Amino acid sequence: MSDFTHGFWPLYISVLTLVSIIGTWVFLKSQTTRKLAPGEKPELIEHTWDGDLQDLNNPLPRWWLGLFYGTLVFALAYLVLWPGLGNYAGVLKWTQIGEYEAEVQAAEAQFQPLYAGFMKQDIATVAADPNARAIGKNLFLTYCSQCHGSDAAGSRGFPNLTDGDWLYGGDPDTIKATLTDGRAGVMPALGEALGAQGTKEVANYVLSLSGRKHDTALAATGKTKFAENCAACHMPDGTGMQAMGAPNLTDKVWLYGGSEATIIESIAKGRNGVMPAMAQTLGTTSNKDAKLHLLAAYVYGLSQKQ
Amino acid sequence: MEATTYNYKVVRQFAIMTVVWGIVGMLVGVILAAQLIWPDMLFGIEWLSYGRLRPLHTNAVIFAFGGSAMFAVSYYIVQRTCQVRLWAEKLAAFTFWGWTAVIVLAAVTLPLGYTSSKEYAELEWPIDILITVVWVSYALVFFGTIVKRKTKHIYVSNWFFGAYILVIAILHLVNSAELPVTMTKSYSAYAGVQDAMVQWWYGHNAVGFFLTTAFLGMMYYFIPKQAGRPIYSYRLSVVHFWSLNFIYMWAGPHHLQYTALPDWAQSLGMVFSLMLLAPSWGGMMNGIMTLSGAWHKLRTDPILKFMVTALSFYGMSTFEGPMMSIKTVNALSHYTEWNIAHVHSGALGWVAMITIGSMYYLIPRLFGRESMYSTKLIEWHFWLSTIGVVMYIASMWIAGVAQGLMWRAANADGTLTYSFAQVLNTMYPFYGIRLLGGTLFFGGMLMMAWNVWQTTRQGRVVNDAPIPQAVHA
Repeated sequence: MSDFTHGFWPLYISVLTLVSIIGTWVFLKSQTTRKLAPGEKPELIEHTWDGDLQDLNNPLPRWWLGLFYGTLVFALAYLVLWPGLGNYAGVLKWTQIGEYEAEVQAAEAQFQPLYAGFMKQDIATVAADPNARAIGKNLFLTYCSQCHGSDAAGSRGFPNLTDGDWLYGGDPDTIKATLTDGRAGVMPALGEALGAQGTKEVANYVLSLSGRKHDTALAATGKTKFAENCAACHMPDGTGMQAMGAPNLTDKVWLYGGSEATIIESIAKGRNGVMPAMAQTLGTTSNKDAKLHLLAAYVYGLSQKQ
Repeated sequence: MEATTYNYKVVRQFAIMTVVWGIVGMLVGVILAAQLIWPDMLFGIEWLSYGRLRPLHTNAVIFAFGGSAMFAVSYYIVQRTCQVRLWAEKLAAFTFWGWTAVIVLAAVTLPLGYTSSKEYAELEWPIDILITVVWVSYALVFFGTIVKRKTKHIYVSNWFFGAYILVIAILHLVNSAELPVTMTKSYSAYAGVQDAMVQWWYGHNAVGFFLTTAFLGMMYYFIPKQAGRPIYSYRLSVVHFWSLNFIYMWAGPHHLQYTALPDWAQSLGMVFSLMLLAPSWGGMMNGIMTLSGAWHKLRTDPILKFMVTALSFYGMSTFEGPMMSIKTVNALSHYTEWNIAHVHSGALGWVAMITIGSMYYLIPRLFGRESMYSTKLIEWHFWLSTIGVVMYIASMWIAGVAQGLMWRAANADGTLTYSFAQVLNTMYPFYGIRLLGGTLFFGGMLMMAWNVWQTTRQGRVVNDAPIPQAVHA
C-alpha cells in the first residue's frame, strides 16, 4: 500500500478538513430558523407515520447551536496552533517526539546529579548503600519483577536471584553484562538423538548427580550417554559451565523442575531461556547507564545478604 | 395480489434471539469479570481462557445481541412506517438464518482460537464472506421496502437504519480486506500504522454506526410510540442526523493518540471527536424533549424508564467520549479501566437499555398481547439493570483513574512509585464491585427471559397484522 508521501496529500488533507469544518458551519447557519416567540406553541408538521408518529417544528435549541459552534471554533483554533492540516506544523511547533525528547532531557538534567555519585562507585560499593538499594528496588520492580517476581525469587523458567546460584556468574561485572546485553540460554533437544529409552537413562543419571531418588540400573547406562551428549556443556562431573550458562546439575537448584518427568522433557525437547537485553529495553529513557548500574548493584546485593 | 399484512415472522425470530444472545453475551462477560479476579477458575482450559472468551463476549453482545435487535426493529419499523410488507421476504428469512449461522460460527471458532486478531472483526475470512452476503441481503430487503413504500416521506428511524446499513457494509469490506492463507487463517491487506488506522477507523465507526446511529433509529420509533408524543423537532432530527454521520467518520484516530500515527492524524481525530459532541447530544435532546408533557408517565411506566435512562447514559457517554479524545486526558485514560467504564456506559447503559425497553414494547405486539406478562417484573428488571450498570461504571471509573495515576506516579529519584503488580493489586476490590454490577445486569436479563417466555406462552403468534389502506403523508 502507498505511503502517501507525494506532496499532493498534505494539501488534500488540509482542504478536506477546512471544507468540512466550514461546511458544517454553513449547514448549521442554513438550518437555523427563528426562535419561537414567548407563548408561541410549536406546530405539528403535516406528515404522519404508523398511525400516530408525528414531528413538531421546534427550531434548533440555541444552547445546542452554541455548543456546536463552540466546538467548531475550538477545532479551527486548535488546527492553527497544533499540527493537523497536512504538513503544516502549527504555530506552537509541537510534535509528539519533541515533547517526549524534552521530557527525557528534563529528567536527565533533574536526576543526573543524584546518579552521578553512584556512577563513580563500583557495583559492590553501590550495593552497600541503602539509598542506592532503594532506587534499585524500584527499578527492579518496574523492569524485572514481571519475570523474576517482586521478591526476585523467580519462578519456573526464571532464575531465583537471591539464592547465590548463578547460571552465568554472580560477580558484579558479569551481572551487569547479563542485564545490559541479555542472555540466550539454549539447551538443545536431544530426544531424537537419545531415543525414549536413552533419554530416560540420562535423566536417571542426572537425578543421581544431585542425590535424588533414581533407578540405579538406568543411571548406570545413562552415565555413558551423558558423557557423550551432555558433558561438553555440563562438564563431565555435571557441575555446569558458567561461560555457556550451562546449569550445575549436582546442586538442588532446578530452573524448570527436578522431577524425572520434567528432566526427561528438558532433555527431549530442549529449553530456550531468554533474558532480554535491558540496554535495549530501556531504549531512550533518561539516565540509562545509571539505571543499569543501579540495577546491577541491586541484584548483586540480593545474593550478598545470604 | 398486493399483501395486506405485515411480515412479523422474521421480526419475531430476531426479537426472541435478541433476548437469547443478550443472555449468552452477558454471561460470557460475567465469566470474564470473574476471571480477572480468579484467573484459574476455569482450570486452565484453553478454550475458556480470557483471551479466547473476550472476543466471544464482544462479538456476542455487539453483533449477536445488538445485531439481532437491529434486524428485528428495523424490519418492524420499516414495514410499519412505509405501510408495506417487506420486500423480498425470502431474502429476509435468509438474513435470519445467515446471521444466526455467523453467530454460531463465531461461538465455535473464537474459543478454538481462530482469529484475524482485528478487534471487533476477529472472525476469519470465510465467515467474513458470509457476513458480507447476509449484509447485502439485508440492504436489499431494507432499501427495497423503502422504495416500494406507500408513505410519501421516509420516517426518521429509517434514515438512521439506512445510514447504518450502508456504512457497516463499507467498514466491513475495507477493514476485512485480507489475504487468505488457509481455510482458517488470513492476513490483513494493510501493514503497520496503516493497518492500525484502518482498524480504528473501523472500530470507532462500528461503535458509531452499529451502536449509535442504528440505536438512535430504534429510539426515534419507540420513544414517541411509548410516550404517545410527537418528536420534539424535525429540524433537529435532520441536522443531527447529517452532522453525526459526517463527523463520526473522522474520529477513529483518537484511539491511537500518542502512538506511531502521525501527529496531524491524531489532532484531526481529536478535534473531530470534540465536534461530535453536539451532533450526539442532538439525538438525546430530541428524545428527552419528546417526553416533555409526558413526564408523569415515567412514574408508572417502567418501559419508558428504560428508554429515558438509556438516553441519559447515551448523553453521558457521548460527553465522556470527546473528553477522552483530548490528548492530555487520553494520556491518563488510555489503556486503563476507564475505557472499560466508558464502553459499558455506552453498551449497557445506552444500547442494552434502549433495546430492552424497545423489546418490552415490541414482543407483546408480536404475540397478540396488549403488554408483557408482568409489568412488575419489568420494573424489577429496570432497577436491577440501573443499579448494576452504575456499580459497573463507577467502580471502573475509580479503578481507571487510580490505575492511570499510579502508572505515572514517580518518586523523588525519578523511578516509578508503583510496579505493575502493585497497581493490579489495587484493582481487585473494584473488579469485585464490577463483577457484582455485571451479575445484577445479567440477572435482569434472566428475569426478562422468564417474562418473555410467559408472554409468548400465553399469547398467540401474530402473522396477520393488517396494513392500513389509508395512506398518511
